This record gives sequence, C-alpha cells and structure tokens, in this order.
Amino acid sequence: MNKKFNTVGKSVRKIDSLSLAKGNALFTDDFQLKDALHISILYSPHAHAEILSIDTTDALAIPGVIRIFHHENVPRVLHTTAGQGFPEPSAYDTAMFDKTMRFVGDRVAAVAAETKEAANAAVKAIKVEYRELPPLFDPETAMDKDAPQLHGEDAKMPIPVKYDASRNLAAEVEIKFGDLDKGFQEADFILEDTFHTQYAAHCAIEPHTSAAYLDERGRLVIITATQVPFHVRRIVSRVLDIPIRDIRVIKPRIGGGFGGKQEVFLEQLVGLSTWSTGRPSRIYLTRPEVFVSSRTRHPMRVTLKTGVKNDGEITALEMDALMNNGAYGSHALTVLSNGGSKVLPLFNKIKNIRFIGHTVYTNLPVGGAYRGYGASQTYFALNQHIDMVARKTGQDLISFVKKWHIKVGETSPVFQALGEGKEGVAQIIKSCGLDECLDKGAAAIGWYEKRGKRIKSAPGKVRGVGLSVSMQGSGIPKIDMGSASMKMNEDGSFNLYIGATDLGTGSDTILAQIAAETLDIPVENIIVLSSDTDLTPFDVGAYASSTTYISGAAVKKCAAKVREQILGVAAKMLNAKPDELKVNESVVTHAESGKSLTYADICTYAMYSNDQFQIQASASNIAPESPPPFIAQFAEVEVDLRTGKIRVLKFVSAVDCGQPINPALAEGQVEGAVVNGLSYALTEDYLFDSKGRMTNPRFWDFKIFTTKDLPEMETILVNSYEETGPYGAKSVGEIAINGPIPAIANAFFDATGVRLYETPYTPERVWKRLKEENRLEN
Amino acid sequence: MKTKLTVNNKPVSVQFSPTDRLLDVLRNNGFSEVKEGCRDGECGACVVLLNGKLVNSCQVLAASAMDATVTTVKGLEKDKAAPIQEAFVDAGAVQCGFCTPGMVLATYALLQENPAPDTRQIQQALDGNLCRCTGYVKIIEAVQLAAERTNSHE
Ligand code: FES
Ligand code: FES
Repeated sequence: MNKKFNTVGKSVRKIDSLSLAKGNALFTDDFQLKDALHISILYSPHAHAEILSIDTTDALAIPGVIRIFHHENVPRVLHTTAGQGFPEPSAYDTAMFDKTMRFVGDRVAAVAAETKEAANAAVKAIKVEYRELPPLFDPETAMDKDAPQLHGEDAKMPIPVKYDASRNLAAEVEIKFGDLDKGFQEADFILEDTFHTQYAAHCAIEPHTSAAYLDERGRLVIITATQVPFHVRRIVSRVLDIPIRDIRVIKPRIGGGFGGKQEVFLEQLVGLSTWSTGRPSRIYLTRPEVFVSSRTRHPMRVTLKTGVKNDGEITALEMDALMNNGAYGSHALTVLSNGGSKVLPLFNKIKNIRFIGHTVYTNLPVGGAYRGYGASQTYFALNQHIDMVARKTGQDLISFVKKWHIKVGETSPVFQALGEGKEGVAQIIKSCGLDECLDKGAAAIGWYEKRGKRIKSAPGKVRGVGLSVSMQGSGIPKIDMGSASMKMNEDGSFNLYIGATDLGTGSDTILAQIAAETLDIPVENIIVLSSDTDLTPFDVGAYASSTTYISGAAVKKCAAKVREQILGVAAKMLNAKPDELKVNESVVTHAESGKSLTYADICTYAMYSNDQFQIQASASNIAPESPPPFIAQFAEVEVDLRTGKIRVLKFVSAVDCGQPINPALAEGQVEGAVVNGLSYALTEDYLFDSKGRMTNPRFWDFKIFTTKDLPEMETILVNSYEETGPYGAKSVGEIAINGPIPAIANAFFDATGVRLYETPYTPERVWKRLKEENRLEN
Repeated sequence: MKTKLTVNNKPVSVQFSPTDRLLDVLRNNGFSEVKEGCRDGECGACVVLLNGKLVNSCQVLAASAMDATVTTVKGLEKDKAAPIQEAFVDAGAVQCGFCTPGMVLATYALLQENPAPDTRQIQQALDGNLCRCTGYVKIIEAVQLAAERTNSHE
C-alpha cells in the first residue's frame, strides 16, 4: 500500500525514552512516600493445607509492626485477580487471605511495619499451625473422582459457562464443525501426537510493586505497576468495599509486563493497609516472590490428530488441550479458548474440526495472562503437524502453507464459534501479507539452500532450518473499549489523555503519532498523559494486543473531532466554509482568498475573542472485529549430536502487522518477543520438588537469555494495510512469541529426523530424544 | 550505622542498618535511578560505578562502601554519557527503560576501556545486564552507534 503519511510510519523517538535513559523517569517504587509502611508477606510452605491457627502475638510485639492481616481479620471476598473486563471470564475463587492454602506460595498473612526489616522479622515470628491435605500435582488426574478438591462450593464463575469446582474443572471449551469421523475416514493417513509445554515466568525486570496513600481529602490513591488501571480500581473497590469514587489509580512508568502485570493481586493489599491504618503503604516483591507467588504461563498438554490425504489436503483435525491453571483460575477459560481461536482459523480450509479443551486446578503456581496467551502453546503442535504433512506428502512447506492458509476475503467458522469466554465474532480477512512474509523470510534464512541438507558444520554437529507460521488478533472484538480526550492550547499544542497503558511498549508514542497525523502537526506538539483514573478516560488496558488497534482508533476519532472544531473556528475567522480550507503542518489555508492562519491563531481566537470555547473532544472505540496480524518465523539451528545441545544460529521473523505506526517500535516488539520465546523454548523452566515447591526461583537457575545468547536476528516488517485499523495498523505485541518453539522443533527435525514433543529443549531432554531414536553420536 | 559517601560528586551522609546493601542506601536517599531487579547480582539493573568500577550495588554491603565514591547514571560525565543516552533513544533501545540506566552505565564502562568494540565484545560486556523487553538487538545497535558518534567527535 502506498499511503502517504507525515508521522505515521516514521520511527520517531519514543517520547519517554530520553528521560528513561537519563534515569529521571519515575517507576512505582521511585515515588517518595513519607513514612510509608512496608508490607511483607508470609507464604504457605505447603502445597495443600488448612490453617488451624494463626498466632501473631510475638510478631506484633516486634517494634515497628503496625498491623498483621490474615483470614481471621480480613473479610473473605471471593474475586479473581485476572484483571479483566466486567463481568470477568475467570472464576471468583480467590480471597485476599484464606483458611485453605492451595500452593507453596499461597498467602497466609501480610505484615505492615515501619521498616522492611521489622516487617520481615514479623513474618518469621508468626506462628501457624497447618493440617496438611493431600496435594494434587498432576493435571491429568485432576478430574478423577478421588482427586483432592481445591475449591469449595462458593467458588463461582461470574459468567454462564461450564465450571465445576467439585471436579477441579476451571474451564471447558468445545467447538465442532463438519463431520470429524467422516473426515478421518477420508484421510489416507492420520498423524496423532502429544505435545507438552512448561511453566514459565514473565520476568519483567521490574518486580511487581504497588504503593498507596490517602490524599488530602481522604481518598485512596494507588500508584501501581499495572497493565489495567481501570480494572484495578474496580476490583479494589469490590474487594475492599470502598466506593469507586474514593479510589484513584495511577500507573507511572512500568518496567515491563508481558501479561504478568495484568494480574491484580498487590493493589488490594496496599489499599487495605492504607485504608485501615491511614498510613502510606508500599510493597515490592523480591525476585523469588515474583517467580512463585505472581503469575506464570500456563503449562499445556496438546494432543493433535490430523487426517491427511496423499495430496496434502487435511480432511480432519482434532485438538485436545489440557491446561494446568495451578491453584487459582486466573485466565483459565480465555487462554484455553485462545489456544483454539487464534490458531485454528489459520488453516481455514479444513472442513472437519473439533477443539476440546479443559483447564484444571492443581496445587501448583497460578497461571495468568502471558504474551501469546495460549496460542503459543498450541502453535507448537500445529506447526509441527503442518511440517510433517508437507514432508510426508513430498511438498515444499512454504508452498504448502501458501496454498492452505487463510486469505483476504476468506473467513473461518472458528472466528464466530470461539471468542473470549463466549461466542466469538464472525469476520472476513481484509489484509494478509503472509505470502510475502514467507517469501522474504525464506530468502533471509536461505531456506532453499539449507532445507533438508543436513549440513555437517563440525564433527558431531549438524544443521537444519525450520518454519513456524502464526496469526494473533487485534484486541477482543465487541468487548475491549478504549477512549481518548484532547484539548487544544493557544500555542497550537494539544493535550492527549488516554486510558491506554504504556508498559514500555511505546503506546504513548504511537498514540501521539496517530493524533499528530490526524491533526497534521509534529508529534512534539502532542503532550500525552495516560493511565490515571482521575484524569484520563476509561480504557480496558494493555492486553490482548489491543492498544494500537482499539485505543489507536479512539485517538484517531477524537483527533478528527478536534480538527473539525479547528476548521469551524478558522472558517469563521476567514469568512469561509470549512470544506474550502486546507491544513498543512499546523497552518490552515483558504485557497480562494490566499489567507492563512496558524493553529496558535485559531486556538487563541477560540479562547479569548468571540463565542469563546475550549477546542476539545473525546471519543471511544470498540471494534466489531479483530483483524489478525500474520507472521512467518524461521530458525536455523545447529545440533550437537553428542551432547544434545541446540544452538540457534539465526532467527528470522517476517511480520505483517498492517501499517506499522512506528517501525522501530514495532520491530522492538518482535525482537523482544522472539528472544523471550527463544529462552522459553530452550532454557526457561519451573523445577519443583516432590512437595510442589519451586526449586529455582532466581535468575541464576531460571535462565533467561542475555546478550551473549543471541543468535543472528533479522526482523522484516511486511507492510499490509488493514482498512479497519487506524491508518492501516493491526497489532504486533504478542504474535512473535509464537514462533521460536515450533520453528526450532522443525529445524531440529530438519537436522536430525527426530521430533521434539516437550519444551524446553534442554540438552538433557534433547539428548534423551536423540538416544531414543538412535541418533546420538560419540 | 552511619557513613559518608560521595555520590555523583556530592558528599552524602547516610544511615543504614548492618544488612543494608549499597543499593538500599542509594535508593533510600533519593537515588531512584538505581533500580532493583533481583538483589541477587543477576540482572544489572542496580549497577553503579563504585570508585570507578562497574558493580552491582545489590552485591555490595553498605558497610563495606564507607567513604566510597559512587556514580549513578545521573552523575556520569555529561559529554560522555549524553551520546550514549541519545544513541539508546535513536536506536530504539529503550522500551520500558527499567534496565536502561544500567545498560547506559555498562556501555559507559565498556567505551572507557574499549572505544570501538565489536559485536562480540559488546555482547560480552553487557552480559550482566538483563533486558526482557528489547531482545537486545537494538541495545547492541545503540552501543555501536554511541561508539561511532563518540569516535567521530574526537
Ligand atoms: S538488583 Fe542487583 S543485580 Fe539485580
Ligand atoms: S527495556 Fe524493559 S527491561 Fe530493558
């Protein structure tokens, strides 16, 4: 698409980046709250237990200890910490403090004290008597009759969907099209495999943290590292029984989120402490606390059965997913659904489909939103089967994908059948650059030179290349809402107020670019203020790849209204009609009279001269659809056949995210997601002992990639133009994390002829697979 | 306990408890540009120059830093730091920015020693600084850009 833009499509400087680089920008814990109480938490040492008694006498006697909260003195309000819209599609199964402990890391009590030292000492001095209950660790047995039950009768799903705490069933999803049996009968061969993905952590470098204080009128102000300030306000209001009008939530700079900071689990705690003591309060989790007690990526078992004709036509596909949600049901339904809804439409010509999924409780850490959101887990299975189908039917994988993937003008029944906790929304694809992604990515990796060659690079070392394709969405259609308001200043600058939540992605910048483009001004003339529930209009927050597409469109609408007002005033000033006027770089010109006015002239006139008014507007946006971005990702790996070590040599991502508003920021999203995905594929894993205790809650043992681990990386933005998006944009935040796991597995097969069914691909695991298949070398 | 430090060329007297790390002392005294990501010596968000040497301030007991000279990202020599900071901005190497003060300091220390590092050397030098947002690609580009700009000015 050759659209001409002024600001859109340019890699303008991220507006907060210099202040961040100088160390001036403030994160939650950087606000100096005078005399703040420090909160420390006592966690359950047992995976499943009942608290028989809590004795806080000694702890309260420690100097500086102000208050200790636990299930006996805090009302039990069941809620979900998922940080979603209302009503949430996640079970109300969580209390701030409960009598039952459901995982090692569950919350027993919290101490508010004058100093961190006193709070920590008090945590150690609390005496708790537990009655241990039989734990449930294996998701495969969670629904068995004799399995320990985690939640009682009172745990409820706030929306009418299948949920059965008595069977540890946190969610169930099933969709079916066509005739599965017939489809499998028509097949010449059937593939059936089971794939497992592991627990993983977001590892935002800023730990979870929240602070609170009472303002001069006694309202509760919460400063917090959140992706969802408005949901925080709503949830805190309900859990603490404080009116919404008395709560203000401010999101300052956030040190990364990736879904982890969608979870609302600290704000109610600082809120409780401050509301009940009148004192400012703060909490800053340690890294081990983040690993164990915050949220994780849900592990999944995916069994995929694919019926195929000899020419490669897939006649039937059945995906059976079992997701482990750990102790609480955060995002249990929607991550599971997403594993189908963002994945199955990609190969939309399959007529007979069944997706069946279950999410179960276990006495392990809690799953939550994480970039990729279920799709990353199921694409692992799908992309390997696609690779197998192409190989078994003797076709080039790239040509195969091109033939069968969804195209412009096409749809998939899955869009309508499967949404976020309810039915989805039918949609027709209006932009798809996947073919170009495939071609450009293939060229960049050297696909045709390397594929199937099993190049021996050194003794015992062999190379291969693999592909993964995926799509995601752009927000949740008909559910997610973003809004913006703007006002004009007499120098021709504008304040832009948005509820949208920049957690480091650069959304403040791209939203400013969208406003600047609409108003035909330099981006410096937009002053952005985001995510303060007192000052900015509502936005659901940063999740589901929604900000650019949903909030971006709200900003565009809002700026268009402002522009209209500007032209109205200018028309009056110039004695012309608004449609006779042209705008160019903050100057309005009337061609006929040759007269022109600057934005500054116009605003000054509107404010001070005649029929005075503030040029200002607001707008909201929901989207009737969720156009998918597409991506083709290629890995080149070198496998050491003696040790099982996989080294990724090169990783190429070619993505169609519509018109990128800011190419550098879009690339940054892809690069960040890829590297996160690479260490998810190769090294990141939760290790548990037999009691369900995580044994490696530190960066020393939970290995995330550093600069030294990087392969050669290439990111290609393939511009398409999404007509429903603001200036042609679709989303880009999540999609790129889907590729590393399947692309590496497919490259590994290309090199060795061995399939990998379980992540992460640690040398031990890979060595075992090579041994099983007799491919080890000495 | 009490000690005097010189932080960013200014004398500061601080109080601390025996278990405090240098990181705590700095943050408690308003040097919030020094970040805490792990307290475990693994993430590099807390780095400072301690008597000119790059260290993780969470790994230094406050008591052992008596009378030391500490430089945070805000106290670097402006003419050397500014090109690095500008390069990070221009290269798109700042996402959430939580790692950035540490990255800038690590880059500063690297370029002091080696004004024209190659990619491998950059990867080596920044190995102790975790970033979860950027995938490091643009950070490495930023270091290269900073080196080029600094060298062409000299
Ligand atoms: S906080 Fe010091 S290395 Fe992480
Ligand atoms: S930019 Fe977020 S951790 Fe580096």
